[in-house]
Amino acid sequence: MELTLWTYEGPPHVGAIRIAASMRHVHLMLHSPQGDTYADLLFTMIEREGRRPPVTYTTFQARDLGSSTAEMVVNSLRESAERFKPQVLMVADSCTAELIQDQPGALALGADLPVPVIPLEMAAYTRKENWGAAETFYQLVRGLLSRQAPPPGSERPTRDANIRPSVNLLGPTKLGFRCRDDVVEIERLLNSMGVDVNVVAPLGASPQDLQAIPKADANVNLCPEVSDLTCSWLARTFGMPTISTIPMGWGATRDFIVEVAAALDLDINVDAVGESRLPWYSRSIDSTYLTGKRVFVFADGSHAIAAARVARDEMGFEVVGLGTYSRERARDVRAAAKEYGLEALITDNYLEVEAKVQELQPEMVLGTQMERHIAKRLGIPCAVISTPAHVQDYPARYSPQMGFEGANVLFDTWVHPLIMGLEEHLLHMFRDDFEFNDSVGPSHLGSEGEGARAQGLPDDSQPDDGAVVWASEAEKELKKIPFFVRGKARRNTERFAFEHGLTTIEVDTLYDAKAHFSN
Amino acid sequence: MSSVIASSVGEHHPGPQTQERGQRAVFCGLTSIIWLHRRIQDAFFLVVGSRTCAHLIQSAAGVMIFAEPRFATAILGERDLAGMADCHEELDRVVGELIARRSGINRLFLVGSCPSEVIKLDLETAAAKLQVKHENRVRISAFSGSGIETTFTQGEDQCLKSTVAELPALGASEENLIVLGTVSDIVEDQFRRLFDDLDIKNVHFYPGRTAGDLPAVGKGTRVIAAQPFVGETARALIQRGAELISAPFPLGAEGSKAWFEAVAQAYGVDSERTEQVLELPYQRAKRAVSVHRSKLEGKRIHFLPDSQLEIPMARFLSEECGLGVNEIGTPFHDQLVMRGELARLPQDVPMVEGQDLDPALSRVRAARPDLTVCGMGIANALESEGLRTKWSIELVFSPVQGFDQAGDLAGLFAKPLAREEILEVGSWS
Repeated sequence: MELTLWTYEGPPHVGAIRIAASMRHVHLMLHSPQGDTYADLLFTMIEREGRRPPVTYTTFQARDLGSSTAEMVVNSLRESAERFKPQVLMVADSCTAELIQDQPGALALGADLPVPVIPLEMAAYTRKENWGAAETFYQLVRGLLSRQAPPPGSERPTRDANIRPSVNLLGPTKLGFRCRDDVVEIERLLNSMGVDVNVVAPLGASPQDLQAIPKADANVNLCPEVSDLTCSWLARTFGMPTISTIPMGWGATRDFIVEVAAALDLDINVDAVGESRLPWYSRSIDSTYLTGKRVFVFADGSHAIAAARVARDEMGFEVVGLGTYSRERARDVRAAAKEYGLEALITDNYLEVEAKVQELQPEMVLGTQMERHIAKRLGIPCAVISTPAHVQDYPARYSPQMGFEGANVLFDTWVHPLIMGLEEHLLHMFRDDFEFNDSVGPSHLGSEGEGARAQGLPDDSQPDDGAVVWASEAEKELKKIPFFVRGKARRNTERFAFEHGLTTIEVDTLYDAKAHFSN
Repeated sequence: MSSVIASSVGEHHPGPQTQERGQRAVFCGLTSIIWLHRRIQDAFFLVVGSRTCAHLIQSAAGVMIFAEPRFATAILGERDLAGMADCHEELDRVVGELIARRSGINRLFLVGSCPSEVIKLDLETAAAKLQVKHENRVRISAFSGSGIETTFTQGEDQCLKSTVAELPALGASEENLIVLGTVSDIVEDQFRRLFDDLDIKNVHFYPGRTAGDLPAVGKGTRVIAAQPFVGETARALIQRGAELISAPFPLGAEGSKAWFEAVAQAYGVDSERTEQVLELPYQRAKRAVSVHRSKLEGKRIHFLPDSQLEIPMARFLSEECGLGVNEIGTPFHDQLVMRGELARLPQDVPMVEGQDLDPALSRVRAARPDLTVCGMGIANALESEGLRTKWSIELVFSPVQGFDQAGDLAGLFAKPLAREEILEVGSWS
């Protein structure tokens, strides 16, 4: 039993619904109690979908238990097949249905339905949403393609030189982060390399489309959370190479181009494929103030790793924390964190993330909807870079995260919450101006974050352990440091005092610490 | 004394009534926690369930993480289900953690869910054991909000019902009034002023703003429902000697007037005095409703089952706003609490109890009403087909009861229609 306040991921059957909702001509019959239909609103409210996801829920109640739940499954299957006429009917249990063991998959296979059935096992008590999405996509692809598989060990036929090379974009889904726009951006990028996109799946694909997957020369593993399993099966079964660079940020986009060119044996000049304004925007002098800004990154695995690279190499930030809620990606994130000299934070406990942010006092947080709330509470600027995200993170405008335009979007989105360069300088100099001071917040953002400041949350509070005491003069001096760096100054000074065995912090201690940490 | 004080009531809806069984698109009772934890400010709700339960509550609540919430889920894992971990011991540990963390909590509700019900985890016994352990620190009890037993607003009914046994006994010569069902703080304040003016003393709102705020109950207790989803609690209070006053719900000018009149009558308040007290707010409410009438009059509305508020809302809209009602869908029809409403409903409105989603949606598509009241999962799907909607959870989350909210209530229904008139983009016609 695990105490949970907020959950980063839904249960695995929500992942199955995401696959069904992303596709055309599939239907999911979910054996589930009354109430599980709440999942519809994730799509219709958060992503403003104009249709219910293609799911029929059995919605059994207590009175049905023990007698008629299996019958409800069969009826729902027949009605779904009849009403929606899908090309494929998927069948799964939600958590409660798993306990009553009606085996809807077996019932479906035995019900002589006029449609191919793919039964799913969702492992509700050990797994979560992304796993459910990955497993569903894999079962669907395998179920539809295994009959086409060549005998093991067969050579993959070489592409006719007259046929343009093509790849599949695998992984993008509904309720993924900016998948809608990333697909457009990456397709555009590939086209400018002379590469066609054969199938995009699951987003927008029909089961018939999936059957065309082996026609492409390679698979782009665009959202590994969803497509890892499928890409490796396709690699094993059809000998299709997997392109695994996530093209997020300027450098990664170029790496992606190189990887695609190598996989397809193309002669490509990377510089000619496209360009982004990010490198120049980052070099222009206005961006100097971004240098060494301490950022905390927490997201799903692929967005966390990609964002850390952009943050350090392309924005000039210092990555002070890196983590993920996704245990399936823990190994990759741990390895990435090592490159930044960090130990990765692998947890799906929101409170642990909050404690870490509070401890690190970063100047910026790149995270999910959860971290947006944590940052708001602590008065720290934040940009959302990953699911789970709320309705405002499914914008009307074109806003990819990947490719060269995606790099532009990242630059803008991450700079926007920060106080502008010259404004920051003036706040350092004259912080007592009655109209223009740091408690007002960035001048272009209204009063966002003011609540936390007004309440004098953590940055102004005394440390919990009474080991180090601030002399009142030192405390006053600390308050002269602008809000957005005060937390860091407090933390560094206390650490300095502790390391030097001091029990009281005087004004000189503050400046000694400043000198100590300035190198 | 009969246990139900009836004024003008009807047992049955006079119009056509059918029952449907099939796919139901309603929340489960856990959803009630979203408003209960805000209303009862020192209570904590610990759902014992699955990740689905946790995900449901945060999704239905719109992920409003501004502080650590006063609810959480103890998520059952495979170890718990396989019997490798003793659920009671695990619960003991989790509750210990929670209580250590949240010092301001005076009341802990263990909330049963679909999985906990199916594995027959006895939360009442667990609560009793935990109570012994935390005797002087926090009051602990259990109720079920599971989807197999409750829909949406019924969670509140189960929660309140679970506390009825704790209510102190009312002295033999004493009288009091229990206003049953969560109302917003401002509605409570307005109602208290009117009860004062009517000289009705000893009024308790249940649930109150704190968990310890429990009314006494006994022979001298009268109960009036402020919400239509509190039938089981009403029955439990009747069992303890209380009388239920039947009335329409305090929605709209007429509903609010009839509601206060029913209470006043039960208390034997002089009818002239009642008239005098209610006249000013009643006229003000009528003026406020009339502002929206031009938008609403002659329009047709369709209710899909969701919050249990469908019947009183249909009554308010047909009686006071001139809407035609196509169909009233309701998750279930509790005749005890709906008595005061039925006589006021238009005779010919079909009422459907239960749900079979796809055929129900087909009826909406065929009828193409001007406005459909439905759950959040369905609203955008209908909007994209050119059908205006009002999502019903807003009716539960907004202060809509009483004279001074009557205009706001009409406004909630007028707004989608007004928006349709304003917008020059994306026309569906």
